Amino acid sequence: MRFPRIVLPAVLLVVLHQALPAANANEPVEPRRNEIVRMVRQDCGSCHGLTLQGGLGPALTPLALAERSPDSLVWTILQGRPGTAMPGWARFLSEDEARWVVARLAEGFPQELAKREGGR
Amino acid sequence: MSRAWLLCGAGWLLVAASGCVATPVPPRGTGDLGIVIERAAGRVQVVDTTHRTRLASVDGLGDLSHASAVYSRDGRYAYVFGRDGGLSKVDLLAGRIDRRIVQAGNSIGGAISQDGRLVVAQNYEPGGIKAFDADTLELLADIPSTYGTEGKRSKVVGLADLPGNRFVYALFDAGEIWVVDLTDPRMPAITRFKDIGRQPYDGLVTPDGRHYLAGLFGEDGVALVDLWRPELGARRILAGYGRGEEKLPVFKMPHLRGWAVAGRNAYLPAVGRNEVLVVDTATWQEVQRIPVRGQPVFVMARPDGRQVWVNFAFPDNGWVQVIDTLSGSIATTLAPGKAVLHMEFTPRGENIWISSRDDHRVTIYDTASFALLGQLPADSPSGIFFSARAARIGF
Repeated sequence: MRFPRIVLPAVLLVVLHQALPAANANEPVEPRRNEIVRMVRQDCGSCHGLTLQGGLGPALTPLALAERSPDSLVWTILQGRPGTAMPGWARFLSEDEARWVVARLAEGFPQELAKREGGR
Repeated sequence: MSRAWLLCGAGWLLVAASGCVATPVPPRGTGDLGIVIERAAGRVQVVDTTHRTRLASVDGLGDLSHASAVYSRDGRYAYVFGRDGGLSKVDLLAGRIDRRIVQAGNSIGGAISQDGRLVVAQNYEPGGIKAFDADTLELLADIPSTYGTEGKRSKVVGLADLPGNRFVYALFDAGEIWVVDLTDPRMPAITRFKDIGRQPYDGLVTPDGRHYLAGLFGEDGVALVDLWRPELGARRILAGYGRGEEKLPVFKMPHLRGWAVAGRNAYLPAVGRNEVLVVDTATWQEVQRIPVRGQPVFVMARPDGRQVWVNFAFPDNGWVQVIDTLSGSIATTLAPGKAVLHMEFTPRGENIWISSRDDHRVTIYDTASFALLGQLPADSPSGIFFSARAARIGF
């Protein structure tokens, strides 16, 4: 029997989606997910750079973070680093969200979704 | 308005060269022009503050997060310093990039010399400053910010021009202030002030070019150098202004520039406190502290000094407050839009332009009545820089 052309990719997508480690019940979902992406790019970016290549704060690229343990990065995001300019962001991110950010940073942080109209 | 309008109208020569048939516009000055940085798009808008319109968009400037700009002394060219080390010379009249180089890996801003012949970039990576010929962008001097005994290079912050083709800046990692005389850019003469305090985050030169202030992040206080009397060294003002209380988290670094001075007082952002600190520039004593809505980022005096406008770090970055300098109290609180990143007064201060990154617009207010005069769309706008900066020391 032949599947309609659209079904197979859809089935594949579902299977793939479930196979990905990203499919965690505690992970942020849209629209919160894009809010977090924008916050990291724009607000973390004011010290770490919009491209996360670093600024007053260090680079947050996969290469730069390769030697850092995810747990310590989650702690740094939530609690900050005393003696440096890094504040704690626990007021704005849950631990699950910080963990999601760390996982995304390790693989190359996503871009924001298309901006809303009104830009240009 | 479009780029086509500008290309057609920028001048008779361009009209002839482009074969454009639109009605030519007479030559014009640049005194009421400026640029708005569209940080994520690598683009600047050329704007006209008389008609409150956009004249052109100029693309291809690279990573413009934390971009800043200085102006040629004729006010025609904006030198735009990008985060990625890009230095772009933008022709406001032609609405295009005149020249562009990538001069470092990670850059934070720049300055232009008193005589307008040198453009200097301040860099995080590799740490130091570089001086370029303002016409050609040819490299003339490369001064690494080396400190300590291991050859480490510090991030450079707070670069400002001084009279005499000198420049002053602070070394974030080293806790030093350097003054470099570039009268002969091939033979820089450096004066170092050491142990000025922990983690200077930015600096400013007073409008008379006499005093340099470096705000400290790593401790409460501001380092002060009297540039007329460098032999006195750096001293500390506002020491211990936090009174030992625990600092609030700082989600965005404050910025300093010569706009801090209004009349005889300087208005400075406290770090880790929701206050503006007021210092008498004759005695350098604190005379007042003004409670505000959040961590101040830009504390900018209107050119006549009667008002000081303040914006704030995340998460209070939707607000702008105006201090009445006569009474020392808040005159009004405005909500121009989400994520206010920068403000710029028109040359004599009758209007202010305010960028709202997350609402993708620039909002224009009358500074006397606080009436909303208009809004311009812009893609994640950040810095706004008007050409009147060309004529000011320390801008």
